[in-house]
Parts: sequence; structure tokens; C-alpha cells
Amino acid sequence: MKPEVIGEVLSEFKRSGRIVIVGASLAGLRGAEALRNEGFNGSLTIIGDEPHEPYDRPPLSKQVLKGWVRADHTKLPRLRALDADWRLGPAAIALDRSSRRVLLANSDEVPYDRLLIATGTRARPWPNPEEAALKGVFTLRTSEDAAAVQAALSAQPKRVLIIGAGFIGSEAASVCSELGIPVTVAERGQAPLVGALGGVIGAIAADMQHEHGVDLRTGVSVAALEGDKDGHVRRARLSDGSTVDADLVIASLGSIRNTEWLEGSRLATGIWGVACDAGCRAFDINGVVTDNIFVAGDVARFPHALYGYQFVTLEHWDNAVLGAAVAGHNMVSLEPDRWAHLPLPRFWSGQFGVNIKSVGICPYADEIVFTQGSVKQRRFVAAYGRGGRIVAAVTFNNGKWLQHYGELIERSAPFPPVAAAWDPPDHAKPMPAAFPDSRAPTSIPDVILTGHDPTERGAEYRARSAKPPKHEEAVAEPAESQSAQRSVVRVKK
Amino acid sequence: MMRIVVDLNRCVGYAQCVFLSPDTFTLNGEEALMYEPNPDEAKRLRVLRAAAACPVQAISIDRLESAQAAGGGAKRERNSGEVAAASESVVRDLLRSPDGGATS
Repeated sequence: MKPEVIGEVLSEFKRSGRIVIVGASLAGLRGAEALRNEGFNGSLTIIGDEPHEPYDRPPLSKQVLKGWVRADHTKLPRLRALDADWRLGPAAIALDRSSRRVLLANSDEVPYDRLLIATGTRARPWPNPEEAALKGVFTLRTSEDAAAVQAALSAQPKRVLIIGAGFIGSEAASVCSELGIPVTVAERGQAPLVGALGGVIGAIAADMQHEHGVDLRTGVSVAALEGDKDGHVRRARLSDGSTVDADLVIASLGSIRNTEWLEGSRLATGIWGVACDAGCRAFDINGVVTDNIFVAGDVARFPHALYGYQFVTLEHWDNAVLGAAVAGHNMVSLEPDRWAHLPLPRFWSGQFGVNIKSVGICPYADEIVFTQGSVKQRRFVAAYGRGGRIVAAVTFNNGKWLQHYGELIERSAPFPPVAAAWDPPDHAKPMPAAFPDSRAPTSIPDVILTGHDPTERGAEYRARSAKPPKHEEAVAEPAESQSAQRSVVRVKK
Repeated sequence: MMRIVVDLNRCVGYAQCVFLSPDTFTLNGEEALMYEPNPDEAKRLRVLRAAAACPVQAISIDRLESAQAAGGGAKRERNSGEVAAASESVVRDLLRSPDGGATS
């Protein structure tokens, strides 16, 4: 085809094509805005399974839980007019790639020419459904969750039990302590935040919890939750034989990626997310890139050049915003003009009066060194290294320095970094970063290869067992997959 | 109701917004910013000034006149010069203030 013919096809698509976005949260909204900014004038449909227009989630576990901001007061600002058809409520339940249609739970079918998948994640529920249904047992992901937990907190519970000390669990514990409500945190790993930041920083996070009166129990899992005759939770039994009397339980066990609706679509989807290239184009089940299906946000799993081209999912606010902009651009651009989504991963967390910020992928590292500030004052910078180069950094109440470390990471600068002339730390020797062993199998592989002839050779999903094995049912996920919302980065070492 | 969002990756706690609009922005500790994402319209001018004064420009504000729910018809985009105007007003106030180095 002559280049001008291809250009004409694109122009026609931008005039009258049909784009459907599945997912109406941060990535879906910013993707839609990017498409309109890029001059897409065709029909734009946005499908979301929550009955709300897009809202911001990070405030939910902080100012909303604290009761300062109403749960329905985190609606996201619109950065431009969209002229979109919003389908909010009925979830997308299937994708038919041959007829290019998205099927909704209310049996509607929505046709598309190009599709953006931004279905994100949901909170991992407490694994025992009867115990999860007890009154007073909550997860924390949606604005309804936050409203319910906030109402329960304001009803003066005797003790709150938080299961899982990832970011959401730790932030919730911080709010309880600020509100003067007794709180116990049960964590299966050796420290809070250990999956996202490693054992050295985890130990500091544990100290912070102790200093604020949190009853932190590490190295234990919750074996069972028990209710009273009215079906309200009253007690938890822990794996070490102890019990905790609690009338409010927050299960912060990390997240599950919303990919079930894509089963049968023969895209490369599964518990790991939806695999795509660094230009946000989805892979099919065989690893062949598709032309018309794009992915952005928490659910996208893409190869990152800075981290050995390993496929990563980044459940970070920033990744949703930046990924959606790249996906939107690439959906209406020809190949030579396409962009790459190569973000320097960043996240933040506010807890116990400390602003924790990070750049890079901490769990990719095996070493850590304090570079500036004072651990005692909870005001410091630490750099993470692997193979003699700096791959990540974290700051506690020292965010002004983070950009500098981000630049070092982007240039693949040496580790340990050159000692700072300003505010040197007491202890400046590299040490093991102490991440949990990520090689420990956490689930059953669910893809197999079939066929020998090249025309038949391909990948297939192994049939899912109806019920997971017993030992996976009763225990919480380890911390490495617990740090909900912003921190789950699975990196193969 | 206004809608704002602060890019807290960008925010490093200079806290200019806290001085200019203390009922919408506050610090939890030395550096962690907390804010009301959907403040009352009555606070608009102060919030606009806070956005304009942010040294790292981390505050985004709704650009729509009426950002009500989804599905509605065409919405007018708010004058995007609004933040710029608030920015000018901050500068004007600084110039007017006794210790602001008036030039006239």
C-alpha cells in the first residue's frame, strides 16, 4: 500500500472511527482525553462497572478514612470536554475479537474499531466467603468501601484488625492510630512494606508502627475470623495460636487484576494482567502483537527497557496517567510516529506523619545504601542497587531529593552512588536489601503450549480448577503481593 | 463543586498551597500533603491561587464549566486562562504588599 493510502485510512478513522474504552477510572478517563487531544473525532464509548464517573482512589485510604473528605468527594477533574458515550454500571463480560464487539452484563453489545483495555484491579477479598460476609469485615478499594470503613471507624470500634501490611494496610493503620482507635496489624511477611521496599526499610516501617501504638504482629497469618450470633465479626484466630478480639476487620491483601472478562478472547491475559508491548498494543495468547487492542493502567503488563526488558505491571497512579497518554496517542498514529511507554516508576504513600516516596523498581535490587539524612529522624534517602548500578531510591520526608536520584537511575549510574556532600547519613555502607524470595511459587502456571506443526503451534490456557487447593484458601498472600494499589511489581530475579 | 487533583509524585511539600488555601490543603507531618479533592465553589479563587503558586505545578483543576455526570451533552470548557489569571493576581498581591518589593 502506498503511504498516502495508509495516511488516508488513518484520517478517515480519526473522522469517523469507533473507539471503545473498557474501564472508567483514572486510566480510562485520561486515555479518552488523550484521544480527543490527538484529534480523534469519531465515536468514543467508555464502559465502567462502577456507577460513578471517574474518581481518584489514593485519598480513600487517607483523608477519606480519616473522615476529613467525603468518600464521594474525590471525583477526578476533567482536563477537556470528551463528548463520549458513558456506559456506567453493567460490566464488560466478554470480548469477541472476530466481530469486534464488547459484550456487557446487560446483554448490550458495543462494536469497536479500536479498543483500549483499562480494567485495572480490584481488592483481593478475604478468601473464606462465609467469614468475608461477616458484618464488620471490609476491603478497601472503591469509594463504597471507603465510605463503609469510615462509617465503621466513626462508630468507635473497640479494636480494628488489619490483615496485610502493604501500603493500604499501613495507611489504614496510620489513620486508626491518628483517630485514637486501638489497632492490630497482622502481616505474614517479616515486616510492613517488605515486598515493595525490602527488609531494611520494612524494619523502619515496623518501628514507625510501634512508635504510634500499633500492635504489629509479623510472621503470622490469620487462620480464621469468628462472628457472634448476629453475624458480626468479633475475633480472629492467628496462625501462632493467639487470638485478637476485633470488631472491625480490614482485609488488605493486595489486588486481583480484572482480566476474567477476556477469557476466551485469546489475548495474552491471566493473573499477571494483559501483556502488551511498550507501545501499549496487546499481545495475543501466542505473543503476537495485535493492531487494534491497546492496554493501559494497572492491568497492563509491558516490557521495561530499564529493567532488562522484563514485563512489569505497575499499580501506580503515574503509570495510569502516562500509559493512557501513550496508548491514546498510539491508537490514532501511524507506526513511525508512535511513542513508547517507558515511565520511571514512581509512587508515594503518606503514613504515620511521614511522606514515603519512591522512584524506580525497588524489588529489582539486591542491595541498599542510605545516602542522605537520618533514619532516627525519619528523614532520609536510600538508594537501591543491582549489578553495580542504581535501580531505585526511596525517601522518607525527603522528597525534594528524589528527582536527582531519578536522573541517576535513568542514566544507569553506578551503585553505590557518589556520596552526597550534604546531610550525610550515619551509616553509609551498602547492605542486602532483604526482599522476600520472589522465586517462591505463588500460583499454578496456567498457560501450556500445544501443536507441533507451525500452523497449529500455539499457547492454550490450562483449564482452571473450580476450587483452589486447600492450602491457598486459608492463608493471606505474603506481603510481596499484598501491597495493594501502588506497589505490586513482580520481578523475576 | 470544584474538582482538583494533586500529582503527589510531583509534590515535595513546599506547602505554598497550604498558606494560600488552608481549608483545602494541609500537611500531615512535615511533607505529606492532604487535600479536599472536591472543594466548594466558594473556595475557587483561593484554590486557583494555590494552583498558580505551586512551585512544581502539581495541581490540576477541572477545565469544564459543568462536569456533571457522564452522559450529559456538550459541556463548555472553562477558560483555560483562569489559572493564568489567578497567577497574575498572586503576583499583583505580592507587588502590592509592603515587603514585596514594590516597583512603582
